[in-house]
Amino acid sequence: MDFFVGHYNYWIFVFLMMLGFYVVVARGNLVKKIIGLNIFQASVFLLYISIGKVFGGTAPIIIEGAGGSPVTYSNPLPHVLILTAIVVGVATTALGLSLVIRINEAYGTIEEDEISEMDLEP
Amino acid sequence: MIAAHYPALQIVAPLIAAPLCVLLRRGTLAWLIAVAVSWLVFFIAIQLLQQVMASGPISYELGGWAAPWGIEYRIDSVNAFVLLIVSGISAVVAPYARATVAKEIPEDRHYLFYSAYLLCLTGLLGIVITGDAFNVFVFLEISSLSSYVLISLGKDRKALTAAYQYLVMGTIGATFFLIGVGLVYAMTGTLNMADIAVRLDAVENTRTVLAAFAFITVGLGLKLALFPLHLWLPNAYAYAPSAVTVFLAATATKVALYTMLRFVFTLFGADFALNVTFLAGFLMALAIVGVFAASITAIFQNNIKRMLAYSSVAQVGYMVLGVSFFSVTGLTGGIVHMFNHAMMKGALFMALGAVFYRLGTVHLDRMRGLGRQMPLTMFAFVIGGFSLIGLPLTVGFISKWYLILAALERGWWPIAGLVLLSSLLAVAYVWRVIEVAYFRDPPENHPKVTEAPLSLLVPMWILVLANIYFGIDTSLTIGVAERAAKSLLGLGG
Amino acid sequence: MRHHIILRVVAKLSIPFIMLYALYVQFHGDFGPGGGFQAGVIFGAAFILYALIFGLDNALKVAPMNVVTFFISIGLLLYAGVGVAALFYGGQFLDYGVLASDSVSGQHLGILLVELGVGITVAAVMIAIFFTFADRGR
Repeated sequence: MDFFVGHYNYWIFVFLMMLGFYVVVARGNLVKKIIGLNIFQASVFLLYISIGKVFGGTAPIIIEGAGGSPVTYSNPLPHVLILTAIVVGVATTALGLSLVIRINEAYGTIEEDEISEMDLEP
Repeated sequence: MIAAHYPALQIVAPLIAAPLCVLLRRGTLAWLIAVAVSWLVFFIAIQLLQQVMASGPISYELGGWAAPWGIEYRIDSVNAFVLLIVSGISAVVAPYARATVAKEIPEDRHYLFYSAYLLCLTGLLGIVITGDAFNVFVFLEISSLSSYVLISLGKDRKALTAAYQYLVMGTIGATFFLIGVGLVYAMTGTLNMADIAVRLDAVENTRTVLAAFAFITVGLGLKLALFPLHLWLPNAYAYAPSAVTVFLAATATKVALYTMLRFVFTLFGADFALNVTFLAGFLMALAIVGVFAASITAIFQNNIKRMLAYSSVAQVGYMVLGVSFFSVTGLTGGIVHMFNHAMMKGALFMALGAVFYRLGTVHLDRMRGLGRQMPLTMFAFVIGGFSLIGLPLTVGFISKWYLILAALERGWWPIAGLVLLSSLLAVAYVWRVIEVAYFRDPPENHPKVTEAPLSLLVPMWILVLANIYFGIDTSLTIGVAERAAKSLLGLGG
Repeated sequence: MRHHIILRVVAKLSIPFIMLYALYVQFHGDFGPGGGFQAGVIFGAAFILYALIFGLDNALKVAPMNVVTFFISIGLLLYAGVGVAALFYGGQFLDYGVLASDSVSGQHLGILLVELGVGITVAAVMIAIFFTFADRGR
């Protein structure tokens, strides 16, 4: 039972990852693909933060007045890694959407099958 | 002592030059900055290679923090060789880019082109030089995002869909790589590559490490254009601007292959990959199928840029085939083919860029009789083609020689036979272009075309002569590659 | 959007506080959650709110495109400049400890400056992306 309930973070990570991947692969609309990519990347953020949690740990911030007594805190390194990954995700989304706008201006549509048909013509 | 900071300068110089290009806004100034920085980076790469060959690996700690806690730049013989390839190609492409960019991209975007080019160079150099696993992801995304921008600047509207498809597939690959690194961090608690190599031995047989290995290999295979994950490459290389195709074709897949070598051999270890997973057999099968499938598809293409792009997929197959032998000869063949392919494809795509500059198209039908009208350019294409086939006196022969030698060492005669058979396929698609260019008459209503300008011919012929020189005198390339192969397999050096 | 007086008044009241909050997040990054990227996005959001309510033309008068592009480059150059300055003071690249008289205040100064560079670049990039997308349709 602990395999499912104790590790529910990781089950949600796998579910979101598969969901995002499915949307990228199965949907033909270009904007929907980018949304799927976002869900896919968000699942990875969840994985990293779940790894960083220490049971019974508090936030890794200096507490005033704690004196010299030791404090258990969660690992801050995965949070920093995820900040970088979030920025990368934002940049990728912005770039992808600007490409979709230009594709729309050039082809008149954002459905992948219609674009493939128009590409096969000459 | 500036020489002690060469590893940091290698990355900082293009990184600072990129926003400088945006600030200055003038296309010509931006081009001059790009050329100066490319030559500076090439000079530093030569110095680093000489230092590594003389006195062993170099380690540079960013921010003064000692190795497992801080980010470390670590250069050994494998790194230094790939740094030389990337910076050398950039040093030749940057002067070449001026004329082609002036023709293919609107004037008010030139400074943005050079800024994105410098960011791509930063990213590629950073992936190679760093010794920290997450830093690889950061630089991988920097280089990938700037490549998407560079590819989308092509003239044809298909460049936009090609860039979009590359964006989606490249991001999936990079995210798989990120998941793999996260799982490795969960099992070892560190991100420094040398430290991970030590700590992974204790936890090797857990499912997490196996999953991490799978994710990392598949993610890097996507960026490497390993069959069947190569679907983004033909369109991306065919419709990008000429200078971008030369640069990316000669560097991007090599850097991804280097990353795979680093992770498979240094982090996880060759015996883990051989005994616990079936990586060697898997890679060999995919490589051979990729070589044949891509070569056969190349024969039927009418857009010559697309034909050479499929040929690139086949050449990546050769590199991976060399790696999959897991022996010194095989790895030497794979690593030296990284260098040789950069020379070959660089020269070929530069010749095609010159054709596009004069003709406005790279369609096979319109290239009739070009051998007489653009003799120097087409002769460069011929020599590049001979290199692709693997004729003696060219670099292509050296790579095929080592691959066949590695197969014969193991007694696997069928593999050697398959390598020779695929060279015949290369003869087919190279001969198509030579026949049309030299043995047909130019179309009647065609405007007269002249030879390409000097600024395109000189870089092209530098690469062609490098093809021939390194095919005859292999002491540099084989020397470094053999040392790199031995260090990857843990046999010292 | 100009016609909706409630939206206009609430936007006028909130935009200064949004910017102030962005500055708080920026400079408290080393004591609590925060830092360059988050502050940059919040600061950019203030400008985007202004552009949404008062129109793109007014927003372009406040923040012209070439000024925004200038700030993108300046932020990145500030970050790289701190690293190179550390080289000049005799340390490794991005070694903040050598930037001031003792190591701790050097680290403090270094982190403050690089986070400022990141914040400036991110805010300018967010504003630039929004303005470019909004300009396209007109």
